[in-house]
Amino acid sequence: MKLSGGDMLLRALREEGVKFIFGYPGGAALHIYDAIFRQKKIEHILVRHEQGATHAADGYARATGKPGVVFVTSGPGATNAITGLATAFMDSIPLVVISGQVASHLIGTDSFQETDMMGVSRPIVKHSYLVQKTEDIPAIISEAFHVATTGRPGPVVIDIPKDITAPENKFEYKKPVKVNLRSYQPKIHPHPGQIKKAAKAILSSERPVIYAGGGAIISNASKQLKALNKILNIPVTNTLMGLGSYPAKDKHFMGMLGMHGTYQANMAMHKADLILAIGARFDDRITNTPSKFAPDARIIHIDVDPASISKIINADIPIVGQVKESLDALIKEIKRSKIKIDSEAIGKWNKQITEWTQLHGLDHEMYLKKSKSKMIKPQEVVQQIYQATKGDAYVTSDVGQHQMFAAQYYHFNKPRRWINSGGLGTMGFGLPAAMGVKLAFPKKEVVCITGEGSIQMCIQELSTCLQYGLPVKIININNQALGMVRQWQDMQYSGRYAASTYEESLPDFVKLAEAYGHKGFKVTQRNKLGPTLEKVFRMKDKLVFVDVYVDQSEHVYPMLVAPNGSMEDMWLSKGKKA
Amino acid sequence: MKRVLAMLVENKPGALARVVGLFHQRGYNIESLNVAPVDDGSYSRLTVSTRGTESAVEQIMKQINKLIDIIKVADLTEGEHHELELALIKLGKIKDLKSIKKKIKPLNGKVIKNDSSSCVLSVTGTSIDINNLIKSLKRNKIIETVRSGSIGLHESNKTLTI
Repeated sequence: MKLSGGDMLLRALREEGVKFIFGYPGGAALHIYDAIFRQKKIEHILVRHEQGATHAADGYARATGKPGVVFVTSGPGATNAITGLATAFMDSIPLVVISGQVASHLIGTDSFQETDMMGVSRPIVKHSYLVQKTEDIPAIISEAFHVATTGRPGPVVIDIPKDITAPENKFEYKKPVKVNLRSYQPKIHPHPGQIKKAAKAILSSERPVIYAGGGAIISNASKQLKALNKILNIPVTNTLMGLGSYPAKDKHFMGMLGMHGTYQANMAMHKADLILAIGARFDDRITNTPSKFAPDARIIHIDVDPASISKIINADIPIVGQVKESLDALIKEIKRSKIKIDSEAIGKWNKQITEWTQLHGLDHEMYLKKSKSKMIKPQEVVQQIYQATKGDAYVTSDVGQHQMFAAQYYHFNKPRRWINSGGLGTMGFGLPAAMGVKLAFPKKEVVCITGEGSIQMCIQELSTCLQYGLPVKIININNQALGMVRQWQDMQYSGRYAASTYEESLPDFVKLAEAYGHKGFKVTQRNKLGPTLEKVFRMKDKLVFVDVYVDQSEHVYPMLVAPNGSMEDMWLSKGKKA
Repeated sequence: MKRVLAMLVENKPGALARVVGLFHQRGYNIESLNVAPVDDGSYSRLTVSTRGTESAVEQIMKQINKLIDIIKVADLTEGEHHELELALIKLGKIKDLKSIKKKIKPLNGKVIKNDSSSCVLSVTGTSIDINNLIKSLKRNKIIETVRSGSIGLHESNKTLTI
């Protein structure tokens, strides 16, 4: 049967197993939208801004491991999708963003709503396609999904001129059986020689640390990570992107590392004699000054992306391969090896970690303690959310202090539960991402931990939540200021708060939530926080917005001393260095 | 240090822009660039001259390799290789054609045209050879120069092919 371009597109997406499309129509995309109308298998979620569509698809992808799909129109529709593309690109999230383009004969003429989407998106996509022939649609869709989801995943753009999807031009639907690109053959299995070297180095070490990042989650390697450390019994830390890949409740887990990592995790990295980096990329928010990074450590680096290896920190034993397959091989090799790890040395090392934790570890029971002040501390809010959700929620966040508090105090025991914009640090991510998660898992608790700054960047999506019945819980940690900016201004600009406060202009978030048809609560007193949250999380079928007023002066600690600091140089509280 | 990178790139729209864009995005410079389809025309061979430390070049090669349209990439300067550049040089009116011919002879030079107003030369050689020739022609009036940028191949049995 012959199909139009629009129908081909929808059929190809269905064959890829797509269930949801997040999008926003417009002139150049109307043929495609008409094709959506003609089918029932894929549900289209109409967002209120294209940025919301990309973040919702991104949240869906992070929670499920399946690619998120976005439809936008040309020009402003396409450019509004750019922030979401960059967000997904930085965190290696598979997205397929399909943008309408002006008709082929109009390209290059500065026609209405024309933007060179291929050009504008080029540096922030894994790959992109401009469809030039309708017949190519099925093959391009297959290829795009293949590229987006394999190797180091990432977003792919498909730009489709309007005439390509016109209903009157119909062609035979031909889809390739298998995608095979001579120019793209991502490595799956690690080199056995490198695995041997790595096993030997690990088993000969005395102060080893496992440093696992987002790659461990993307590769679905949590099982392997746990199995590996069941043998090794060595300290483990996760990056912001890796939280949940190793259970937070495990005794070997040190918490997050880096800029706002725990004292013990940062100290362990600095003093280690061996670092096993797993799907982590030595981001500048981890290493602090690269030349002062882990002076005594040999580095084993497992990554599917060879370009991530030895980019910032030279790897002594590079291993290119998928995390899951690499860990499987490593576990096998360690089990087979005649070398036995020096359990006495490891015991001493673990004891050292415990001492560091006792000395300057985070206080996870702040919410239980008496306080003279009635003011709520932001950390307590996260601790109370953890209690109220029994630690089993999907937590999305925005960017800033609340994000760091969430990462520090909500203990993630399962992968794909912590959904945040790590690499790009995109404010406005949390609410739309929560929508994507809730659509994927309607029966699960989905919490968006946000701040009064971030939430206002995509607040319009409250309307989308009403339309599609998405009862997420939004906890707004409201310190009436751009908290992280303010913290830096406190620490580095003598408290000159340039453009970080709102001068009494904040909206009444309770009324705002109600205006969007949802429920809102405001909490200002410490003793009301726990009971309110208990009540809120019992309201299963309502979107509830909880506006929690917190202590404005609170900073996020620990904090690496920058510039020129190492990982052992940390601020532990205001004015106090380690 | 000067590096000559050779790459095979799918002959698809936008592929060249991805390579060129990557150098800019990652903060590297392109000193010269040459590109043309080869073999069955389904892919092109690019030669890029750039400068950078060993680790910087290693990183840029890894990043280039990541581009979906890149089939292969190699650093020719890592080992023995042949490198050649073509230049066309337009001079003002020549008084002593004989001495010019002598100068360009080692570079397989040809006088393509010589009339009462100007003289056009073609030469091939390494980039350094051509630089030196241009310097030695300084006494003549150079009106216009065009250079192809370096192209290169591995020495002997080492190859960059599909």
